[in-house]
Amino acid sequence: MNIHEYQAKALLKGYGAPVAEGVAILKVEEAEAAAKKLPGPLYVVKSQIHAGGRGKGKFKELGPDAKGGVRLAKSIDEVVAHAKDMLGNTLVTAQTGEAGKQVNRLYIEDGADIDRELYCSLLVDRSVGKVAFVVSTEGGMDIEAVAHDTPEKIHTIAIDPEAGVTADDVAKISKALELSGAAAEDAKALFPALYKAFGEKDMALLEVNPLIVMKDGHLRVLDAKMSFDGNALFRHDDVKSLRDETEEDAKEIEASKWDLAYVALDGNIGCMVNGAGLAMATMDIIKLYGKEPANFCDVGGGAGKDKVAAAFKIITADPKVEGILVNIFGGIMKCDVIAEGVVAAVQEVGLKVPLVVRLEGTNVELGKKILNESGLAITAADDLDDAAKKIVAAINA
Amino acid sequence: MSILVNKDTKVLVQGLTGKTGTFHTEQALAYYGTQMVGGIHPKKGGETWTGSKGESLPIFATVAEGKEKTGADASVIYVPPAGAADAIIEAIDAEIPFITCITEGIPVLDMVRVKARLDRSKSRLLGPNCPGILTPEECKIGIMPGSIFRKGSVGIVSRSGTLTYEAVFQTSNEGLGQTTAVGIGGDPVKGTEFIDVLEMFLADEATQSIIMIGEIGGAAEEEAAQFLIDEAKKGRKKPMAGFIAGRTAPKGRTMGHAGAVVSGGKGDAESKIAAMEAAGIKVSPSPARLGKTLVEVLKG
Repeated sequence: MNIHEYQAKALLKGYGAPVAEGVAILKVEEAEAAAKKLPGPLYVVKSQIHAGGRGKGKFKELGPDAKGGVRLAKSIDEVVAHAKDMLGNTLVTAQTGEAGKQVNRLYIEDGADIDRELYCSLLVDRSVGKVAFVVSTEGGMDIEAVAHDTPEKIHTIAIDPEAGVTADDVAKISKALELSGAAAEDAKALFPALYKAFGEKDMALLEVNPLIVMKDGHLRVLDAKMSFDGNALFRHDDVKSLRDETEEDAKEIEASKWDLAYVALDGNIGCMVNGAGLAMATMDIIKLYGKEPANFCDVGGGAGKDKVAAAFKIITADPKVEGILVNIFGGIMKCDVIAEGVVAAVQEVGLKVPLVVRLEGTNVELGKKILNESGLAITAADDLDDAAKKIVAAINA
Repeated sequence: MSILVNKDTKVLVQGLTGKTGTFHTEQALAYYGTQMVGGIHPKKGGETWTGSKGESLPIFATVAEGKEKTGADASVIYVPPAGAADAIIEAIDAEIPFITCITEGIPVLDMVRVKARLDRSKSRLLGPNCPGILTPEECKIGIMPGSIFRKGSVGIVSRSGTLTYEAVFQTSNEGLGQTTAVGIGGDPVKGTEFIDVLEMFLADEATQSIIMIGEIGGAAEEEAAQFLIDEAKKGRKKPMAGFIAGRTAPKGRTMGHAGAVVSGGKGDAESKIAAMEAAGIKVSPSPARLGKTLVEVLKG
């Protein structure tokens, strides 16, 4: 689960991290009052969407010469003008895709005098099974490009979970970031605080890009991107309350209510599969036969008939879907349960597109019998290869 | 021969009394008499578990007690996600040599904590979020469907549960059969990696060929490929086929498994396939052709 920059900064502020003063707004009318709460005379107006690259992004409605999704303002009037320009319009960035994202929230922040821009993130380094700081002096830009072009400028410092961030770790990070003076002093509190926040809130990623050294020599968190481990949300009601469903795909929200692993994609073959690996492999084989999947959908191992029916309905409700492939290799999942769920869903919402079903594993004969006796127009497939060929043929027909 | 588990393996069940634990323990007992020797429940120690066909097992309050009284050398964990990490740590503290954790959805930072304990213990952990391990006609730990297995010569190791079944099913249909199938699980932080299992398969005389199934995310497949290259230089090499799931997955989106995400310019399918091919593994473009691909490799 992702949250907005302003929410991430508020959370970090609670851990004592140095962030600028700022106010989030939803309406243009709130812009003036928000700016007046800040010291001025420099302000930053930032689009709040769950995607990076906002500064270089372009608003669809404003034409190519208009400014991007993060703008400087030197007066309150300018703040208001920017707010009018940005709110409600669609920001297209390198990460949003062509459709872009509507900007429904702005964050108005106190401006900072920047001396240096650094990069700092925390994540779980799976090669060592520890939380690690990833830092670089090359902040403020696309870190993937830095990693690709100048890998020697990226430093990874893994933290021993039982010792936490030690003075030695802080020294390593500070050295990598070439910190001195006031910034090096700030670092002694900041890096342990970031680590503490990461651990206590079960984050999956905390990215501060840029972390800045200001002209006065102190550190400040200028931008913050935070995502949380979905598996740990059960113990963080405070984090759950930060969720902004307008940022998410409606089908994905519906799927999450049923605890289905569902990701909306751009193709036109809907997939319902058990197991994440098999679900990805099913997408891959569709592509191998020249078509694109409309979604990733793993119904999991222990799904009941209702969950299967819910998944099927979500897939059929997608207007892009021209055909559906159900691929089940039953281990814990029983084929008859899948068959019952599919039949129940089709009887409720109808079936307007070709449906190919491949069943294998536990109770496969019973599952096939249920499908055969349903009287529905279902094409049975013998194996995964056969299934993919049949659904692609059905769409091309 | 086989790896990790065989007919002598004695298994305790942590989370036996729940619905999932009960169902899969019944399945395991029915699979060539896998030696399930007891269950663990902190409040039900001294009671007896009864399965739907009248099977029964003693319940112990702690793993340590269960181990002492049954001589168990393995445990399997079906405890729900919130308590699963503590269940693993209890098994580590009881010095269970081989622990399998089936539970899906354990918070990753809980696993970071477990991994630190594991690293200075004598235990091996398989999983979490894995289907378990099965040695045909000897021992079934976890949730793999026993009916698709056939005793044979292929060692199977996979990050994905249902793709493990595909590999098993297809190698059975080709008449090859399996020595042992190992599901290492789809989480980013786990106990047993590809390299650990490959090392055992290379050393196991009965294992004449290997199927390795990876997926997007992380660098475990690349590390495994390097390991195989290094071993080949030492003269240890077996015919291998493989598959990587997630060629079509978009960047930055987690595909079901917490570990299956291409991020930070790392973990995409193409780099993994290239690394595996470089290590001499014939990578099948289709998950439906794993068995046939291995047969082609064996024919030379």
